[in-house]
Formats: sequence, structure tokens, C-alpha cells
Amino acid sequence: MAHTIQLKRMTTSEMGLAIFAALFSLFALVVAAKAETSGYAFHAAIFTLASAASVFAIANRYFNRPAALPPQEVDGRPNYNFGPVKFATIASVIWGIAGFAVGVVIALQLAWPGLNLDLPWTSFGRLRPLHTSAVIFAFGGNVLIATSFYVVQRTSRVRLAGDLAPWFVVLGYNLFIVIAGTGYMLGITQGKEYAEPEWYADLFLTIVWVVYFLVFLATIIKRKEPHIYVANWFYMAFIVTIAVLHLGNNATIPVSVFSPKSYIVWAGVQDAMVQWWYGHNAVGFFLTAGFLAIMYYFIPKRANRPVYSYRLSIIHFWALIFLYIWAGPHHLHYTALPDWAQTLGMTFSVMLWMPSWGGMINGLMTLSGAWDKLRTDPVLRMMVVSVAFYGMSTFEGPLMSVKAVNSLSHYTDWTIGHVHSGALGWVGYVSFGAIYCLVPWLWNRREMYSLRLINWHFWISTLGIVLYITAMWVSGILQGLMWRAYTTLGFLEYSFIETVEAMHPFYVIRALGGLLFLGGALIMAWNVWRTIAGAGEPASKMGAIPALVPAE
Amino acid sequence: MNETYRMLAEFAQTWGLLYFVSIFAGVLVYALAPSRRGRFDAAARMPLQED
Repeated sequence: MAHTIQLKRMTTSEMGLAIFAALFSLFALVVAAKAETSGYAFHAAIFTLASAASVFAIANRYFNRPAALPPQEVDGRPNYNFGPVKFATIASVIWGIAGFAVGVVIALQLAWPGLNLDLPWTSFGRLRPLHTSAVIFAFGGNVLIATSFYVVQRTSRVRLAGDLAPWFVVLGYNLFIVIAGTGYMLGITQGKEYAEPEWYADLFLTIVWVVYFLVFLATIIKRKEPHIYVANWFYMAFIVTIAVLHLGNNATIPVSVFSPKSYIVWAGVQDAMVQWWYGHNAVGFFLTAGFLAIMYYFIPKRANRPVYSYRLSIIHFWALIFLYIWAGPHHLHYTALPDWAQTLGMTFSVMLWMPSWGGMINGLMTLSGAWDKLRTDPVLRMMVVSVAFYGMSTFEGPLMSVKAVNSLSHYTDWTIGHVHSGALGWVGYVSFGAIYCLVPWLWNRREMYSLRLINWHFWISTLGIVLYITAMWVSGILQGLMWRAYTTLGFLEYSFIETVEAMHPFYVIRALGGLLFLGGALIMAWNVWRTIAGAGEPASKMGAIPALVPAE
Repeated sequence: MNETYRMLAEFAQTWGLLYFVSIFAGVLVYALAPSRRGRFDAAARMPLQED
């Protein structure tokens, strides 16, 4: 630096964002005052407060910071920006518990319908999207943002691009979650599965997502490593594809700026097709590509082994993204969708088995030479079991997409079981594994507070998953067979309510499974809390609870 | 409508197929070329490098 004294000035982005947020706060206030429904007024008020709060936050940060922005490097080493990563990691733990808890509530509601309390806000129809969005977008999304911002910095060996932008992504994304979740309970929905938030929430998410994309891309562009590591490819595919899906499936025209209601531009079966093109690729790119990125960074790192076959990972990547995008029509078997489109969806789903298992094998074989670590390291065990669940559910999925199988499985609990073996087993476990790795790295701890508690988490939630998916297999196939059973005279053998009655014991078992999974997550939250508080430091080894000292 | 469908189907079944197969072949060549062995072996170790 040529100057010894640097004049402290607000950066253009600080000034610009503060002014914009102040203006937007006023605008949202007007919308709140003129809103056509109370729920929408509530949301506009949240936007007013959030914008005003961000003006204060920007100003406060400016007054407290030194004249110079944080340097890109300190002593020749990258000065990583882990603040937003820490925030998203903690947010994911909190949202995870909220999402799992709502899942347990609605599982109990299915077993005992009286638990909907006869209130509109707590009815199954409103809590179900709250559960799915909380676990997929709030829990999973925060895990993806946290890990992607961590991995892209570490594998590019540069500081995260942007100054305010990473914080805008993390805070903006979580504000979107609050808007979406409260909206469901207030009855604001556009009725599209996994895309329930209305137009204004969608618009806001679009802005947040574009900034996310730019931060990620700009970090990769200024990388110090010549090669872009494969995990970053998966993260990039996830970010880009989710943006495209989000825009396509939410092409709506709002009734008015003062109304939460909007209408989609697609009609009839085209709308259904766009919805499941979105829906299935939300699975393929949000819940698969993004978490495969986690697998490709965290498993080698934790096992201290290189990726088994880097070449396979490249083929895995391209084959997976090419095939996944076509698989959506299998959600619309035996509907008004043209037969050829159904067959196309089925064919691509079956082909998808190959890259999926290629990736699974690559993840598992990364442990070659380090298999003994499974015995001593519960974190690695969790991630490896996660990859095994990935293999299982990506075998089950193509099977269920075959029309003949689908005629039995569709609309039954088998689908729910399949989704949860992927969601609890694959996404859940690889996320827990990543959180257990990230927390000590981010807060400079040697290891998590207690490996024993991780072991408890692992076994309790594994039992929960097994109860959950076996109950759903049995109930789903039972349900499917009862629906299609005919008497000798050609009448349906069972009335619908008889099939519902037959489900009861399995719904109770499922709720118990969910409860165990939630219990495991609560153990994790305690463990994370103790680790951040510094309870696991070597210095405190002689502390009050010697039984909980790490086993290694 | 039928004519549009026939044309689209024909296009997808010939040029579309060719397009996908050639891209996949390109990926295979890129991933498996012996000249990139060293680079990919190094890339496989990227998560393990500490700074």
C-alpha cells in the first residue's frame, strides 16, 4: 500500500444497498398498508422490518469496521471468509430440528387425525408443505450454502468473492424461508408441490439466487488453483439448474402488487409437465447434485484419502446432469400426459441408475485403504451409510419409475418411503456428516465435543430410518394391492376408508421412526452447541463429565 | 399438430441422439485421455491439501 493512512469511506455497495433497502422498506410499508389480505400485509411488514434492519446492519458494520476491507490474503495465505458459512451452519441445525419436528407432528396427525386441533393453521394440508420446505429448502438449503461457500474457498484457495454479497445470500435466503413457511400456515400458496411460495417470495428468491450464483462464480474465476475441483462442478450445476427450474415453474402473473395471488402462464397438462420437470429436478439437482458435491469433498477429507477415481467423477457428473433433466415425466404415469413422454421419462430414469451407482461406488471406494476408520470414526460412518442409502434409493427410484411397478406404487406410501430413504438416509446423513466436520473446522476446535454422542445420534436415527422406510414399504404395497383388489363379481373389494384403516399401525410405526430421527438431531444440536462453546477443547478434558471425552 | 409432432420426433431421434452421443463421447475422451492422468491424480488429492 502506498498510503499509510487510508481514508474511511463507505463502499459503493454499502451505500447502494443501504439506500436501496431504505427505499424498499418504504415501498413494502405502502404495500403492507394497502394489502388485500392480512397474511400478505404481515409479509409486507416483515419485508419492511427486514429492509430497515439491513440499513442499520450495514451502517453499524461500517462504523465498527476498520478503514480497509478485509485483505484477500494474510501472510501469503488466503484470508477465508467463514462468517456466512458459520451462520448457515447454525441455521441448518435449527431449521433441521424445526423441519423434523413438523414432520413428526404431521406423521402423528395421519395416525390420529384429531391432532390437527381443528384449526386451519395446523391442518395437515398447511403443515405438510411447511415440513417439506423446512427440511429440503431450510435445512438442506442452508447446508448447501454453508458447504458450497466453504468448499469453493478451500479448493480455489481464495477468499470468497464479494463483501456484502455473501451475507446478502445467507440472510436473504433465510428471510425467504421465513416468508415461505409463515405463508403456508396463513394459507398463502400457489399449490405447486415443492414450489408453494407465491410470486413475491419467488421474485425475492430469484434475486438472492442470482447473487449466490455470482458470488460462487466470481470466487471460481479468481481461484489460485488451475483446476476446478469436481465438487465445485456439482455445486455449479445445482445453482444454475435450480435457477432455471425456479424461473420456469414460477412463471406467474400476480393479480396485483397488493395481492398475494398469482396465476401460472402454463395451462393443463403442460403445467403438470413443467411442475414435474421442476419437481424431479429439484430432487436431481438440489437433493442430489448439491449433496454429491458434499460427498466429493467431505468424504476424501475425513477419510484422508484421495477420490477413488477422479475420471469416474467427471463421467459421473456429465452423465448425471444430462440424464436427470429428462426423468420428470415419471411422476405423471397414467395421466393425460402423452404416452411417449411417459415412456421417455421412464427410460431416462432407468438409465439414471448407471451414473448414480457410478457415483456411489466412487464415494464408497474412496475409503479403500481406510476402511478401519469406520470402526472408530462415527462421522465417517455416517457419511458412508449415507452413500449406501444413496445407492439404495437410486436403485429403488428407477424401479418405481417403470410403468408396471408405478401402477402399484403411485399415490401410495411406498413413494413416501422411497423419498425418505433418500431424504433421511442420503441427504440427512451426508449433511450431518458435513456439519460434524464443519463445526470444529470453522470454530477452530480439535474435534467435536463428543464422539460418543455422534455415535448415539447415528444409531438412534438409523433405527428411526429403518422403522420409517420398512413401515412405508409394507403400508404402501398393502395400500396399492387393496386399491386394485377385485371381487369375483368384478367390484372393488375394499372401500377407500378400509384402506385408510389398514394403514393405522404403520403410521404409528412411521411416527416413532420420525421421533427417533428427531431425537438424533437434538443430540447433534447439543453436541454442536457444546463444541462451539469450547467444551470439547483439550484443555477441558479433565472437566466434569469425563465419560463424554472423545474416545480417540 | 400431428405434422409438428412427427417432425420434432424425427429430429430428436436422429440429430438429438447424435448430439447427445457425441457430447458423451467427448466427455469420455476428456476424462480418459492418458495425457491427463497426472492432472487428474493431482485433482483427486485437492481436498487433502492444507494451506
